[in-house]
Amino acid sequence: MKKESSHEPGRKYGMVIDLDKCTGCGSCMVACMAENNVSFKEDESNKLDSITWMRVYRLTNNKPFPETEIRYLPRPCMHCGGKGDLGHSPCVSVCPATATDYDHKTGIVSQIYTRCFGCRYCMAACPYHARYFNWWDPIWPADLKKSLSPNVSPRMRGVVEKCSFCFHRYQLAMERAYNEDRRELEEAEYQTACTQACPAGAIVFGDLNNPDHAVHTLKDHPNAFRLLERLGTNPKVYYISDREWVRRSGDNYLNNEKTNTKPAVQEHHS
Amino acid sequence: MKIDRRSFLALGIGAAAGTAFTPLPWKLTDDLSIWTQNWPWTPVPEDGDAYYDHSVCTLCPGGCGILVRKINDRIVKIEGMPSHPVNRGGICALGISGPQLLYGPDRVIAPMKRSGARGEGKWTTLSWDDAIAEVLDRLKKLEADNKTEHLACICDTDRGTVPQLFKRMLSLFGSPNFMTTPSMYDSYEAVLKKMHGRKDTLDIGFDFENTDFILSFGSGVIEGWGSPVRMIMANSAWKTKKAKQIQIEQRLSNTAASSNGLFAVKPGTEADLALGLACVIMEEELYDKAFTGAYSTGFPEFRNMVTKNYNPDVVAEKTGIERHLIIELARHFASAGTSSLAICGRGKGQTAGSMMEFMAVHSLNALVGKINTPGGVWSVEHPDYIPWAKEMNVRAAIAGKKRIDEAGSPVYPDSLSLLNRLPSKILESKESPIEMLFVSNANPAYTLAGTDKVIEALGKIPFIVSFSSYMDETADQADLILPNHIYLERYQDVPVRGGLARPVIGLTRPVVEPQYDTMHSGDVVLKLAKGLGGQVGEGFPWDDYKDCLEKTMADRWKELEETGFWTDEAYQPKPWAGAFGGTYGKFAFSDTILPLPDLEGDVKDYPLILIPKESMRISSSHIGDTPFTVKTVPDTELKGKTLVIEINPRTGKEQGLADGKDAVLKTPLGQVRVKVSFFEGIMPGLMAMPKGLGHTAYGKYLKGKGASYNALVGPMEDPVSGQDISWGIRARISRV
Repeated sequence: MKKESSHEPGRKYGMVIDLDKCTGCGSCMVACMAENNVSFKEDESNKLDSITWMRVYRLTNNKPFPETEIRYLPRPCMHCGGKGDLGHSPCVSVCPATATDYDHKTGIVSQIYTRCFGCRYCMAACPYHARYFNWWDPIWPADLKKSLSPNVSPRMRGVVEKCSFCFHRYQLAMERAYNEDRRELEEAEYQTACTQACPAGAIVFGDLNNPDHAVHTLKDHPNAFRLLERLGTNPKVYYISDREWVRRSGDNYLNNEKTNTKPAVQEHHS
Repeated sequence: MKIDRRSFLALGIGAAAGTAFTPLPWKLTDDLSIWTQNWPWTPVPEDGDAYYDHSVCTLCPGGCGILVRKINDRIVKIEGMPSHPVNRGGICALGISGPQLLYGPDRVIAPMKRSGARGEGKWTTLSWDDAIAEVLDRLKKLEADNKTEHLACICDTDRGTVPQLFKRMLSLFGSPNFMTTPSMYDSYEAVLKKMHGRKDTLDIGFDFENTDFILSFGSGVIEGWGSPVRMIMANSAWKTKKAKQIQIEQRLSNTAASSNGLFAVKPGTEADLALGLACVIMEEELYDKAFTGAYSTGFPEFRNMVTKNYNPDVVAEKTGIERHLIIELARHFASAGTSSLAICGRGKGQTAGSMMEFMAVHSLNALVGKINTPGGVWSVEHPDYIPWAKEMNVRAAIAGKKRIDEAGSPVYPDSLSLLNRLPSKILESKESPIEMLFVSNANPAYTLAGTDKVIEALGKIPFIVSFSSYMDETADQADLILPNHIYLERYQDVPVRGGLARPVIGLTRPVVEPQYDTMHSGDVVLKLAKGLGGQVGEGFPWDDYKDCLEKTMADRWKELEETGFWTDEAYQPKPWAGAFGGTYGKFAFSDTILPLPDLEGDVKDYPLILIPKESMRISSSHIGDTPFTVKTVPDTELKGKTLVIEINPRTGKEQGLADGKDAVLKTPLGQVRVKVSFFEGIMPGLMAMPKGLGHTAYGKYLKGKGASYNALVGPMEDPVSGQDISWGIRARISRV
């Protein structure tokens, strides 16, 4: 996993999701399915085999009525950079087929379906359950094949799939930029389908390294946190909530442990 | 050869070594991985020119603008339209999954005639000419028998040209029985008539973008109430500017969870709380004296009645909310920053509410002078763009004829339509007073409370024509289906009735060619009218529906076609002087309170209360859910084909239940096997069931999943408006 040399500045795409604005409406989930040709089957109530690149979880503080509180937590792929953003993501490190890889130009973890042979090591390695296996052939009944987008390949039985931060949108945006002799993208030029659809404006997407992008400052919000930060996965999805119980539910805390107030900065020690 | 230990081991090792050196297992593994992946039927979507076309969504009353992404002539995605005044780029889950409705398996792909028993699902296709001829024959027979009022029609709304064409055809034919699907807007319209005294129909509007304090009486502000995307955006804006929202509800809905405070009143006492707040506001002199003094009538009487019957002690006792909290809430409401408003209409507002509650809540807004003011509640004038909807000869044709539902009669003068009363009216009579029923954009066999009775009543109607694009429950009961184009295939004006603070008309446009052998319902009505001839035929001077639409929209047509919507950007509601009608031209407070009907069911047999749980992820209207939206339904609501009931752990244990286990839920109307989900966020003594599941029609992605709320709950008639105000039912649950 050597660092690729590049003449271009390192972009690091990521998300900041405001959980206090999220209403759990499910727009992001469906926008993602429609954008990425995600398949569906007759029964999707077994959530272990229900393919949802973006999944919205319900969190609760478990206090008795009426002190109960809930929050919804949308969970795409975290596009973990690993320590020092060197690309040692849990899944990339274990893939024997190089079917999933870390793109140092964007920080996006890819998934190449035709290379994947379905060993599912990556699924075991991913602490966020962000990866899904195609146990069955996808079926599009009636004329539903007409609704498939040519920008994303439909998957076949026997491969793993996951959120790509709508990488095809990045490619299309870069193509347009190159045609106009540009190498930089404006913030609005590349947005994921879930971000675009969210009626609450709870999802903000952009280049975490670019000070002109909203995520650059939002990620340092005092109430920002990431999921299972202490595993050292260095995820690129940040969450914000003014509720401490919500921030605590982002990691496994001991009862007497203090909640992290600032996102841990992952240094590279090697 | 004797096999001893030595030769056995040698053979084994030899075989292992041999296998390792032959390429066979590696080749087989390789083949296997190719075989498991490269199925030729994994589709490769055809590439082509990508472009966006604009239209509006019609899947709910919200009226969002949409951008349709197309590859050649295929729709591959629907996104929100950033320039649209309603949704500004946002879009809901159902709206996004529109292509699944267009290309999906639940569509009626040609005109069909029933060939088996009702509900048996046996159909034969026929040509459009034959289908229309059959309807005409029956209409002519009604005409000859002088029974024209035996024709009835159910639409989702009476707004816009298509419902008005249906209504016009019925009127000229001689039937007043044009009915619409009930909703909270029926209640709001009745309130505006009663309290604003205006004869013309006004739309209720809420200036949510400019308010600082929102008091919601059970409204699912972020769960589909009003115009859903606009409401979610407003909710985010409230968070940013730190506006306060207080929710009055018995369970931790998403709205309650997102609010700044939950007032869990005893179920059914919402109106009492509203009047209790009014009492505090009046006793502490916090009301707007300029408004109550010069612009209202009946205030002293209202004040007397409220202070006598709804003082905080009485209300605390009734609602279970502590006295000091009621007083604090009233003070907060009356003094919040620059503006506050109170809203009602439970859940998504897909049902009407009691006039007592709606009038009490509207009185709160009036007390604090937040009627037609910035950040308040508005009465919004119609754009009134359909001149032919008001022609006198059309009204004359039905003069003296009585509506079967008694809407508009001296008993229910403020209601325009009471579809909820139709089933019992039919069941009361020996022969159905309705001999022919048209159903367009509505699914009463699923959305009306008391499904069994509704289906029994439909069963008594000799001839039902469904105009549905989908094989829904009502189409299932029909004799003839004349499938409409879906919204992505047709032109239609969409006047938005979603509580917007200004008039908006959208235009849905044919972004793709009709995919199947369907016909625009507007064109079917025109063909029927012309076929009938005489007075009816003359009333429809247009070549086809598009001609009618273009001529009706007149000057607005070009703008609509280009941008997809028309709106009055600078709309302002009428100031107090001039806003109200009636004898005095003033806002009318009312001191009449009629007692509300009790919840159906005996407390002894049914110790618990069942309420609906509404969500953005389940449609629960006449539009059925898509494979994508069903996929978003959590396993705390649906597991396999079994519905999951939400119950407080304390109540659950008292009833002998266990979390995640099976149980039987019973109401006076029926019973169903469910799974139990213990959840702290619901008041003890209550159970909540997701509304919008349990379809008996549509295809395998929807049919038979969960149970239908409306099948377990009966209607409850409001004594003032006659509308169905049912919000729950008594129930019991036991383990199996």
